[in-house]
Amino acid sequence: MARQTALEGRRVTGPRGFPASRTARPFRGSRGIRRQLTVTPWLFLAPGLLIVGGFSLYPFLSTVAHSFTDARTLTAGRFVGGANYQELVHDALFWTGLRNSLLYVLGAVPLLVVLPLLLALLVQRQIPGIAFFRAAFYTPVVASVVVVGLVWVWLLDDRGLINALLEAVGFGRVGFLGDPWLLLLSAMAVTVWKGLGYYMIIYLAALADVPRELHEACAVDGAGPVRRFLTVTVPAVRSTMVLVAALSSVNAFKVFSEVYLMAGPTGGPGGEDTTLVMLVRQVGTGLSGRVGYASALSVVVFVLTLGLMLLVLRAQRREDG
Amino acid sequence: MSAVVDMRSRAEGRTGGGRRMPVRRRRPTGRRRLPTLRYLLLLAVLALSVGPFLWQLSTSLKGPGEDLYRYPPSLVPHEVTLGNYAGVARIIPVWDFALNSLKVAAANVLTNCAGAALAGYALARMRFRGRRTALLMFITAMLVPVESIMIAQFLTMRQLQLNNTLLGVVLPACIGAMNVLLMRNAFAGLPYEVEEAAYVDGATAWQRFVRIALPSVKGTLAVVAIFAFMGAWDDFLWPLIVLSDQSKFTLTVGLNFLHGTFADNQRLVAAGTVIAVLPLMVLFACLQRYFFRGLGEGAVKG
Repeated sequence: MARQTALEGRRVTGPRGFPASRTARPFRGSRGIRRQLTVTPWLFLAPGLLIVGGFSLYPFLSTVAHSFTDARTLTAGRFVGGANYQELVHDALFWTGLRNSLLYVLGAVPLLVVLPLLLALLVQRQIPGIAFFRAAFYTPVVASVVVVGLVWVWLLDDRGLINALLEAVGFGRVGFLGDPWLLLLSAMAVTVWKGLGYYMIIYLAALADVPRELHEACAVDGAGPVRRFLTVTVPAVRSTMVLVAALSSVNAFKVFSEVYLMAGPTGGPGGEDTTLVMLVRQVGTGLSGRVGYASALSVVVFVLTLGLMLLVLRAQRREDG
Repeated sequence: MSAVVDMRSRAEGRTGGGRRMPVRRRRPTGRRRLPTLRYLLLLAVLALSVGPFLWQLSTSLKGPGEDLYRYPPSLVPHEVTLGNYAGVARIIPVWDFALNSLKVAAANVLTNCAGAALAGYALARMRFRGRRTALLMFITAMLVPVESIMIAQFLTMRQLQLNNTLLGVVLPACIGAMNVLLMRNAFAGLPYEVEEAAYVDGATAWQRFVRIALPSVKGTLAVVAIFAFMGAWDDFLWPLIVLSDQSKFTLTVGLNFLHGTFADNQRLVAAGTVIAVLPLMVLFACLQRYFFRGLGEGAVKG
């Protein structure tokens, strides 16, 4: 571990050859090799830097730049200052998208923090067949979100399996996909369903670190399972819970596919179910795409995603401090 | 390396019923009643997590004579047929879509493994001016959500005339910053001695990379490969933006088209989704341990 941090590499200039301390390890001997080394690393890095620079960092800067222009897909556009951002504020669809994306975070994240933890506790004990159950619980993660979306569209259909079961137990049929609010809730449920296995695995690794002695001591003192869960397990995996909260809130905020599949490309009639990312795609793509405006939306998505992540991480730090 | 050993012992601790001691001991019999309840819960969750897929599979196998909306619903088709699979292939070129997805996924695996290993090795094992800057570039790139740059990426693809091509689908994610950092950590976790010895023996950087370092990080490489495959096979948003011509569609975009056009025919949509999900399920069943393992496996060998 110590070596790994040292690798981060303070520049310790060692003597020629290998220094006595292994923490600094300049592979340099003769002059020739040193010169070769200044080129070699960049040859190794070239493909990665090219892709990451060309398709992540450059597009990011160009998105920011475009957001101050009125560019369209086929025309370059000119500088319009903050006009796009001003338009955002008055765009009802933007507020709907923002509302839905934030609601998605509020609805899905708490469930994605708690349920996978319970699931991990369920599959934690090494009992016969447990590997099968763990794998089975992970299958929704492996499947494409499109497959998952379509599977649930069929299940939640007006005459689908879930409505048949609801009717059998005496509830009436529910139009899950007809009402904008119910549709949004259903989409959240699908997101949670698909994410459970993924976060379960993360929790499973964290649970392995919880000292068994703590549980035993607690049990000896007469604490029941619920009490032990709250006083031993939760504090022990709290940093993992923060991690899961950060990951899942970022993902929930950027939700696209589930709602796109269930509500349609524009988020249903009047765009009631549209999300921010759906709006970016809708506004900015195609031959008549309003690149400038979509870029402003993209910047908002970026800022809020980052803000959300920082917010969760800060909440963690405050608790620790 | 100590971290790796630690992970190992932890894993063994888990097999010992959650205790850290690798030795397996019998529990007091009083605790033995628990598993029944646990199995019941496990089965309930199993029904919830796998049931929807089974229902889809069942729907895809039901013949035209069978009422899909029949009550009570039956999971086992009465009139089993593969006709829906032929049917879906008649209305959309589903096998071409699958081939496109396969091409994209295979390319994504190759480029990610090669590119991330190369860059990761340089970041972990070489000392040069600008290394911190390079590392910072990868970290920054990881923080930029794809969703917020897709419009700019789309424009870039138009400029490169790669929109509506499979190359355009592959290119933006073909070397993931995340994978570079994963590989970097894997290489950094290897012991130095062997590479030092090779260096003393006059091995070049390339030889040290290919002959010594790379074979020691096979585990991480497998993880990168699997997630690259899964990521490409499952991706929807980006192919949806880049591809406009039906003949270029990947499976996910094709399924979306199928859903939009033939939404009424549940049997065909179900058959399409089964075609899309089956290869991954098989892959998952075969390589399950890599899906779960995460990192550090190969490091022990070094």
